[in-house]
Amino acid sequence: MSFTSRAADYVDWKRGQISREIYVSEEVYRQELETLFTRAWLFVGHESQIPNPGDFFTSRMGEESVILVRDKAGEIHVFLNSCRHRGMKVCRYESGNTSLFTCPYHSWTYTTDGRIRGIPLYKALYEGNLDRDDWSLIEVAKLHNYKGTIWATWDPQAPDFLTYLGDAKLHLDQALDCRDGRPGGSEVIGVHKWIFPANWKFAAENFLGDTYHNPSHRSVDMIGIGPSALQGVKGRRDNEMEEAQHIWCSFPAGHGVHSAIQPEGYEFVDTFKNDPEIGQYFRHCHEERKRRLGENARFLPFVGTLFPNTSYHGRQPRSLCSWHPHSANETEGWRFFLVDADAPTKVKDFLREYYMRYSGPAGMTEQDDLENWLYATRASTGTIARRHNFNYAQSMGASSLNPVVNGIEVKGDVSLQVTEHMAVGFYRRWAQYLDREPWDVLLGAGDERFHAQAAE
Amino acid sequence: MDAVQTDPKLRRDPAYFALRAEIEEFFYDEAECLDTRRFEEWLGMLHEDLRYFMPMRHNVKFGQHDERENSREDYGISWFNEDKWTVSKRVEQILTGVHYAEEPLSRTTHMITNVQVQTALPSVEAADEITTSCRFLTYLNRVEYETYFFVGKRYDRLKKVGGEWKVLHRRIILDQNVLQAKNLSTFF
Ligand code: FES
Ligand SMILES: [Fe+2]
Repeated sequence: MSFTSRAADYVDWKRGQISREIYVSEEVYRQELETLFTRAWLFVGHESQIPNPGDFFTSRMGEESVILVRDKAGEIHVFLNSCRHRGMKVCRYESGNTSLFTCPYHSWTYTTDGRIRGIPLYKALYEGNLDRDDWSLIEVAKLHNYKGTIWATWDPQAPDFLTYLGDAKLHLDQALDCRDGRPGGSEVIGVHKWIFPANWKFAAENFLGDTYHNPSHRSVDMIGIGPSALQGVKGRRDNEMEEAQHIWCSFPAGHGVHSAIQPEGYEFVDTFKNDPEIGQYFRHCHEERKRRLGENARFLPFVGTLFPNTSYHGRQPRSLCSWHPHSANETEGWRFFLVDADAPTKVKDFLREYYMRYSGPAGMTEQDDLENWLYATRASTGTIARRHNFNYAQSMGASSLNPVVNGIEVKGDVSLQVTEHMAVGFYRRWAQYLDREPWDVLLGAGDERFHAQAAE
Repeated sequence: MDAVQTDPKLRRDPAYFALRAEIEEFFYDEAECLDTRRFEEWLGMLHEDLRYFMPMRHNVKFGQHDERENSREDYGISWFNEDKWTVSKRVEQILTGVHYAEEPLSRTTHMITNVQVQTALPSVEAADEITTSCRFLTYLNRVEYETYFFVGKRYDRLKKVGGEWKVLHRRIILDQNVLQAKNLSTFF
């Protein structure tokens, strides 16, 4: 079935209304696979998962399996995990170290840089009819290693990753940089993988900064599961942003984040009180970070989604999550948990226990999100339901371009109150991918929010 | 790695079968508590120094299973790796009545089978600390159509406190790689 509608017709951004079709229609879903997941930059994995030559980690891009591998010369590649002969999945291990990928079907072999090493009976059966150099594993068009996180796209025309990331970079940095402000330095300590019956966009949208869904988490907030809960502190995190101005930012490429800016002259907020030694460690990180970053240390991350399906939790807890599509109403979540690679073992142990009780399908917080996404998808599939739009009018018109907040200029279309304008921005871009718009449009060229002058 | 049995197998004599029956009864009591939603009573069957652990299971190459198949208790991320405080928090959360992933409450049936006592100290006859293995099949159905089967193995260390068995260490080996469920909102 080909996509005959215009996706833009589903997204009435002027009134803040979006058709339910985009969450339930198989036709829309097929078009997402065709024109969105084949073009956008997607998160594939982390350098720390493949530290040595020959190390690999099998990942996903859209619906398809890919292999993230460091070749024997140390270079990182991403290949489609499908043999060039008859398509057999060449690697069915999740991770490991190898010098060859041997296809189980007819035993073609590929080296870690994707080239064919061997074709059984080549001389007798293929000589003269098949040039081995033409039949390497299919490789992504572009790949970028950003502070250890590996991103890839199938589109050779795609802009480079940093252009794509734009001003969302500052916010993603807060999740990827060391707690004491040194750039990068994170490692992945495990990946939760689970499959659930909901459209992938519910999850992606949630992490754009849907602060309004707080009531879902009332149960954990009542009982307290945060890093200071043993001291009787309620809530699911330490509240280190009580004095801060929260900011909700939408970016031209469709990304959205919720961060916060501490006031000038702010002090360390006592956190991680379950263990004084851990508390002391984070106080030290705080002071180092302040020293290194100066005024920029006042930026604190909360959550964000990098268009289309990579979300992060920047601080408490700390992880990256890919929402891999399986069908219009099925998504596979992969949550990559992050710590500073050089943090003391005791700190890592403290953090991982907190992450596990908060996040993922066994996490006391995330479980309630999953319940929402499942039943929101299911209750939107009906014929009558599909005739009625979702409402995204929250805080419409309350955002502005590059405002100064607590003395710092914040880039993007920014709201200082709880809002859904990031979701509207996300779906405006989403529709343009489905409608096969060119890259300048996908980067926000026609979006009046980011071109105040031109619009006047 | 799942069936870590380094000690010699206990002799299958009447004392062994009596001990096994006692432990089976204990496991059935646990299941009964959980399935009838007497969660606080179930917490009472857990030792104060409990470790409750469910690793993730990885697809690894032949020969690497001992090393790499299961995520580790002493490092990194698993499905569960927690103490009694955290397990108690899970119960407390359900009892708020607004933990929407369990509100309305799921219907569960916990089945336990293949129970074996692996070690008993100081002796089978006078055991006050034992290790066991068993198989579980946990059925969960919630709201209208959501149904999950969790099947696997369980390795427990039990210790007697004041004459009663308590679960000191529980290792739950779920036979899944990508979790085939939206949530793990039940106990094992
Ligand atoms: S499918 Fe791989 S060798 Fe034939
Ligand atoms: Fe949430």
